[in-house]
Amino acid sequence: MFDETAVRSHFPMIQNHPDLVYLDNAATAFKSDHMIQVVNDFYLRGTSNVHRGDYGLSIKASNDFDHVRDIVKDFIHAKSSKEIVFTSGASQSLNWIAYSYGLNHLKKDDVILTTEAEHASNILPWFKVCEATGAKIEYIPMQNDGSIHMDDFKNAMHDKVKIFAIAYVSNVLGVVQPLKQMIQIAHEYGAITVIDAAQAVPHMPVDVRDLDCDYLAFSGHKLGAAGGSGVLYGKYDLLENNDPPLYGGGSNARFDLCGNILLKHAPFKYEAGTPNVEGVLSLGAAIEFLQSIGMENIFEHEKQLKRYAVQRLQPLTHVHLYNATSESGLITFNVDGIFAQDVASYLNRHNIAVRSGNHCAKILVEIIGTSETVRASCYLYNTKADIDRLVDALTDITLEKCIEAAMV
Amino acid sequence: MSIFDDKAIARDIIMDNYQNPHNKKTLDKENTQSKHMASDSCIDDITVYMHFEGETIDDVSFNGIGCTISTASTSILTDLIKGKTKQEAKTIIHNYMDMLDEKPYDPHLLQEAVIFKDISKSANRIHCATIGWRGAAALLGEKIDE
Repeated sequence: MFDETAVRSHFPMIQNHPDLVYLDNAATAFKSDHMIQVVNDFYLRGTSNVHRGDYGLSIKASNDFDHVRDIVKDFIHAKSSKEIVFTSGASQSLNWIAYSYGLNHLKKDDVILTTEAEHASNILPWFKVCEATGAKIEYIPMQNDGSIHMDDFKNAMHDKVKIFAIAYVSNVLGVVQPLKQMIQIAHEYGAITVIDAAQAVPHMPVDVRDLDCDYLAFSGHKLGAAGGSGVLYGKYDLLENNDPPLYGGGSNARFDLCGNILLKHAPFKYEAGTPNVEGVLSLGAAIEFLQSIGMENIFEHEKQLKRYAVQRLQPLTHVHLYNATSESGLITFNVDGIFAQDVASYLNRHNIAVRSGNHCAKILVEIIGTSETVRASCYLYNTKADIDRLVDALTDITLEKCIEAAMV
Repeated sequence: MSIFDDKAIARDIIMDNYQNPHNKKTLDKENTQSKHMASDSCIDDITVYMHFEGETIDDVSFNGIGCTISTASTSILTDLIKGKTKQEAKTIIHNYMDMLDEKPYDPHLLQEAVIFKDISKSANRIHCATIGWRGAAALLGEKIDE
């Protein structure tokens, strides 16, 4: 069972800010004491580079580092740890896919199929691929709650679609897309499937083999690891049969002065340069912590918080909810007549941390009909009391109060 | 003690300038100069327009999307510098920036723009209170860093 108090006791940020309601988890997550301990130990007792030295410290660091590949493999149910590439985060992972696979396989008039609700990191790299190859982007029609009708998806698929790139969970509206069926259809057309799972992997069970996706990307910091850690998952043959976008030490087996390079096998050929050892160790520790709670339990907890928030916010006639029906823990709203940033600043005065903005999904305005929203996003350590604080602050919010809050 | 020190009056001025902003339109006179100001840290996205008659700011306006503070501060700015010479406008803008930097400034030059002086205490809103002013400065050939 999910023991809220026990979970919260493992997060020093919560202990150190007892009055703070942190609802910006889609941006980044707090760190558990377990993860902090692992990184601390590395700095205090275990510092060394990996895969280099013949001495005890380096061997231990290398073993611990390599072990994280197994932890990640099990966590997302990959077939092999060789399918796990360590990156700096989802943005790098998605760029790697675009520049490794996209740039080398797409030709003029090929199509990358995506949606208008993607994070910049899953659209800008594809713009660059189109610029270089003459391929073009097409968008799947989307409902104004962020969902996609399967018929619309089927109609959008065709033989020219070579890449289907989509967020598992939208960072603005929190819709969990029915990926398994979409991926199956995309594969029938021979397309490669690229999943931005930055808002999915931290919050729900993700099984890459069940999904049968070809590539998948996520960030470590959003699931409680250190900043600058992340994962690119790729089916082994895809990783092995494509070239990395970056070259350097650690990724090659040998080279000569004539320019002949013998790259290592995947995943190592994608990891040129000294890796972010402490970041990778923190990723392993953060995942272990989540697994000790259980991803099913975490997802269920967030879904309950979302339902509770919707139920409490719906009676407020001045609050416009954009995603009452999506199941993940994202609550996206506006207050009538008050600019999103003014709402967020007002909530900040009440020690409630939320995000205002267009959340990097700049195209979305045409879908939901507003250029800016306020986003509250939950994680495993949030409680109904947090939602109550949010709802109470929103209950008697006025433009006058927001301006006064800015003037204090 | 000025009436602008009264919090309720300051609030009402901001409310009024947010809900009924002055000079909020695209200026389409011939030879109008414009400066687009989009923030990478917040949602404010406004354009400032100026039309000159010799050394005088013959007309000034702004348009776009902004929060209460950016909309109201830019609205007040346009009232302040319309009809002023370029040099007078530059002096007003520099005084405003000094006020937000908590440096000495001349409140008489700023008139009701002094209501924003406490914004300097809200680090995340200084940007909002200066976006239009920095745009105007740019049109006057002045570069003001954030």
